[in-house]
Amino acid sequence: MTKPKSAAVLFASLALLLASCAGSAPMDSFDPAGPEARRIVDLSIPVFIIAGVIFLLVEALIVFAVLRFRDRGDDGEPKQIHGNTKLELVWTIIPALILAGIAIPTVKAVMDLTSRPGSGLAVEVTGHQWWFEFTYPKQGIITANELVIPVGTPIDLEMTSADVVHSFWVPRLAGKRDVIPGETTYLKLQADELGEYLGQCAEFCGLGHANMRIRVKVVSQDDFDAWVANQKRPAVEPADGTAAADGKQLFLTKGCTSCHIIDGVSTTATVVAPNLTHIASRDVIAGASLNFTEDDLKAWLANPPAVKPGSYMPNLHLTSDQIDSLIAYLETLK
Amino acid sequence: MTTHELAAHTETSTGIDTRKVGMWAFLSSEALFFGALITNYLLFKGRTLEGVHPRELLNIPFTSISSFVLLMSSLTMVLAHAALTRNDQKATRRWLLATAALGATFIGGQVFEFTTFYREGMTLSTNPASSSFFVLTGFHGAHVTVGVLLLLSLVAVSFRRKGLTFARGMNLELVGLYWHFVDIVWIVIFTVVYLIR
Amino acid sequence: MTSIATSGALRRRIPATGFWSWVTTVDHKRIAKLYGYTGFAFFIIGGLEALLIRLQLARPENAFVTPAEYNSLFTMHGTTMIFLVVMPLAAAFMNYLLPLMLGARDVAFPRLNALGYWFFLGGGIVLYSSYILATAGVPAGGFVPETISRLGSAANGGWFMYPPNSGATFSPGSVIDFWLVGIALAGVGSLVSSVNLLTTIFNLRAKGMSLMRMPVFAWMSMVVNFLLLFSIPIITVAIFMLIFDRQFGTSFFEASGGGDPVLYQHLFWLFGHPEVYILILPAMGIVSEVLPVFSRKPLFGYPAVVFAGIAIGFLGFGVWAHHMFASGIGPITQAAFGLSTMTIAIPTGIKVFNWIGTMWGGKLRFKAPMLFAIGFVAMFTIGGLSGVTHSIVPADWQQTDTYYVVAHFHYVLFGGAMFGIFAGLYYWFPKLTGRMYHERLAKWHFWLMLIGFNLTFGPMHWLGLIGMARRTYTYAPGLGFDFWNMVSTIGSFLIASSVLLFMANWIDSRRRGKPAPMDPWDARTLEWSIPSPPPEYNFGEVPAVEALDDLWHQKYDEDERGRPVRKPDADARLSDLEQRHLHPAHPPHLPAPSAFPPLAGLSALGFAFGLLYHATAFGVVLLVLATVGLVVSFLSWSQEPLEEEAGK
Repeated sequence: MTKPKSAAVLFASLALLLASCAGSAPMDSFDPAGPEARRIVDLSIPVFIIAGVIFLLVEALIVFAVLRFRDRGDDGEPKQIHGNTKLELVWTIIPALILAGIAIPTVKAVMDLTSRPGSGLAVEVTGHQWWFEFTYPKQGIITANELVIPVGTPIDLEMTSADVVHSFWVPRLAGKRDVIPGETTYLKLQADELGEYLGQCAEFCGLGHANMRIRVKVVSQDDFDAWVANQKRPAVEPADGTAAADGKQLFLTKGCTSCHIIDGVSTTATVVAPNLTHIASRDVIAGASLNFTEDDLKAWLANPPAVKPGSYMPNLHLTSDQIDSLIAYLETLK
Repeated sequence: MTTHELAAHTETSTGIDTRKVGMWAFLSSEALFFGALITNYLLFKGRTLEGVHPRELLNIPFTSISSFVLLMSSLTMVLAHAALTRNDQKATRRWLLATAALGATFIGGQVFEFTTFYREGMTLSTNPASSSFFVLTGFHGAHVTVGVLLLLSLVAVSFRRKGLTFARGMNLELVGLYWHFVDIVWIVIFTVVYLIR
Repeated sequence: MTSIATSGALRRRIPATGFWSWVTTVDHKRIAKLYGYTGFAFFIIGGLEALLIRLQLARPENAFVTPAEYNSLFTMHGTTMIFLVVMPLAAAFMNYLLPLMLGARDVAFPRLNALGYWFFLGGGIVLYSSYILATAGVPAGGFVPETISRLGSAANGGWFMYPPNSGATFSPGSVIDFWLVGIALAGVGSLVSSVNLLTTIFNLRAKGMSLMRMPVFAWMSMVVNFLLLFSIPIITVAIFMLIFDRQFGTSFFEASGGGDPVLYQHLFWLFGHPEVYILILPAMGIVSEVLPVFSRKPLFGYPAVVFAGIAIGFLGFGVWAHHMFASGIGPITQAAFGLSTMTIAIPTGIKVFNWIGTMWGGKLRFKAPMLFAIGFVAMFTIGGLSGVTHSIVPADWQQTDTYYVVAHFHYVLFGGAMFGIFAGLYYWFPKLTGRMYHERLAKWHFWLMLIGFNLTFGPMHWLGLIGMARRTYTYAPGLGFDFWNMVSTIGSFLIASSVLLFMANWIDSRRRGKPAPMDPWDARTLEWSIPSPPPEYNFGEVPAVEALDDLWHQKYDEDERGRPVRKPDADARLSDLEQRHLHPAHPPHLPAPSAFPPLAGLSALGFAFGLLYHATAFGVVLLVLATVGLVVSFLSWSQEPLEEEAGK
């Protein structure tokens, strides 16, 4: 039994690995969609190649040594070498030089990628257990879970947390940055392609950590302006006698107003839950872990803690008729 | 065969008594323990948000006196050790008791100081500055207290048939090392917390 | 010797065998076995926790365990493997081997040695009692669909325990307190042990064994114990501060009270980074012993390997914030720590090349210890390289907190530390037991474990880079995570099977393995110059050391081409050595067993539970009794002579 067997296993895995590239990976950090993520990829690929070469070299040396110097049962004994100063110096200095070579672009990238607030579109991010709140200070709008940004525009995220340490991470656009209570952290990102990008909270934050996700919607400048204008409008009033009107009544009486803000309908002293004024303009709910669809809304409203254990939204024990009315109301909040 | 006699038989590779090496190792670890607490105080000493700041309540004259008391206890400790090398059991015991008494006086001063602070509104949880202050000085005080107990144990042992023999004398030297260390830590704390503002 | 006398206050004869002899033992070899078996038991438990984790992650949106249970499982898995497995197993090796390698009768402080074990055991008991006794709270205002089960009631804040999540507001209940107290207790045990072992290495070397003639394992142990000595106090401070935040209303880490959550991260990683070198250096030491023996060549570049180990230990205190690149520390700080982290790669690389250089030109025998040692070098290289990629700061902004870093640290801790430990377990098995293990079964263990390990953790590199965050109890379908998670789960069961093979081998070989000679591997270091298993006093007479690898030079000369030539009287010499150690002219005095270390350990355990229950009368009573117990133990201990009184 020799080492080539394990080498074969490793190479087979590598082949399979590459084969799986064919599948969809919407959070692939090596599929950058903006300059920040691309800069990281451009820095990483040479490093990974160097690491790969060193890996192959070292493993090859091991395999070679194992094959070439194995005990063949003869009587000879190996020369008792204690070292070779020249060789040892070489394999000290060469790695040092390689690292020095890598260090320079690394430091440069750190400096370049550090956010200098004021240059782009400002968005304030607040992490909550277990959803992200987004405020656009210049535009005067507040939204949640879904970050809408115009394409090709630098975005300056100014971030904090309302409770524990979370981390904002949208791999195809930028590296992650923690959000910390009592502190402001900064991240810059930019999306150069229209579309949707997925993100995930990346610092363990309690029971709902896995369900704390992010959706980034990248739209044209015109669409963004239209979206901003829409977000600034007060909440749509449902027509009398509709299921939506019933839903609004339920919203007012079932305790929802103690946490959720809807402009013109309900407000809270501090932000503790997503702003629902324009919830129907978003594709996602519940920390972006569910979608704004009938099925998901039904499951969520029926028993939030069952969907997201630890949820601060209680089980209101709504009947399915009540749920339908509420959904009708929410669907009007475009 | 007692430990010391064995130690005498076994030459140590460094030439230093094994138990002394152990105590030095332990004390270097304690240096990091207090280092972390002192660093913590330095980081937090400006953070009051609300409530009284230690700076406002510290009584330098009072604490200078209790620091002097602690310093003197190191002197009496040295005298105790000197007495032991002369095999003067009575003097050793006397100086050990003096050291313990001075240490206890220091603790008494700390207790008085802390209760005063509590009365004037600075508690453990008032603000991060006060928390860091109490945790740092509190752990130091606990170390001094343990030291006093060690000293009293030595006194108690000295009443055994053979007294504090040279074999057990290594105990005195070890306690002495610990005591001096605790004293030095106080000098650092006093300087950092009370004198440098 | 059928019975031994204890001394001091509880003087009585106790049998040299049986339960109480183990409880009161101060023999470093027995204490090592206690560490070893206890550590391995925790390995099995931590492994079961891992299997449950992998079963949950085998499929997207799985409901095999609840989020609360998952959070306890991953926290306990990490905590167990680090504090209750790798550290104690390393302690087992250091305890067993250091006196033997250095030519000493026992460690510097035999009773303190025992105390270290009892504190470790106490810490483990406190930690695991959380499954049974602790209450997992939900933050005020949060709801869970059903009461959190026992499985979900162990410590659950992740093994780093970052506040504010681990603070009183967001983790009400007691699970976090169990963790804090348990780890503090285990930490004191490690500290005590490090004082002991450092003093042993410095002071108890045989005549002629200068520091540069010590086996590399002894050097690595020295560095490890310095690291422990300096890092444990820092985490102790962090733990105290978090306990104070949780219990006494301070706000060290609470932003709302003016504190700084990131300060905890600094304190934690100031401990945490040296800790990872504490975890790997013993295994590096083991591998540095095994490779030369099974290559029949000396270690290539002994001084370089030693100094690289020292450099790693020293530099290890200067890289801690590389765990915090995404935590909002400033760019200059990030750059500085990126550079210091890259620097550490240099001594690490030196060791890898020196190990290969040891094999190069040798005569390689692929017994199980050698397979695991080579496996170590191969797997650790991968882990080390992924570590270098982490030092590329902006790349780490993508990699940190994902399965990429999970892959990295499992490659260095499992492929590295555990493989090194298995190499050592097989290598020293004959010395420990006087028998040979079953070689073929061991080879099955190796290959199954190597394949299972790579299947489990290899894909995690990929998973991390395509966006799978760590510490998530589930993941959505359609993200490209499904297939490789399943592969990883299958791999984990292969690992489990291989562990079963190891256990079967160990248990059966102890009883039925072929009797082993004193020096079955034709080795180089002093421990092979005494009988297998060693007599209680180790050396019948203290050896005089004349060179590095002294035993080898007693057996072999070198011809003019530098090749070893076995001395004609080598076998006679070995035989003679064995006899002299078995039947010494002057039987050495041994430290007597003592009841005070276990008594102090029990008191400390009581103190720990008293702290946890301090709000109840029961807890207060415990605290009082425990304090009395501690004072009585230590006082009695100080008055108890180390050895039997002469003539008894």
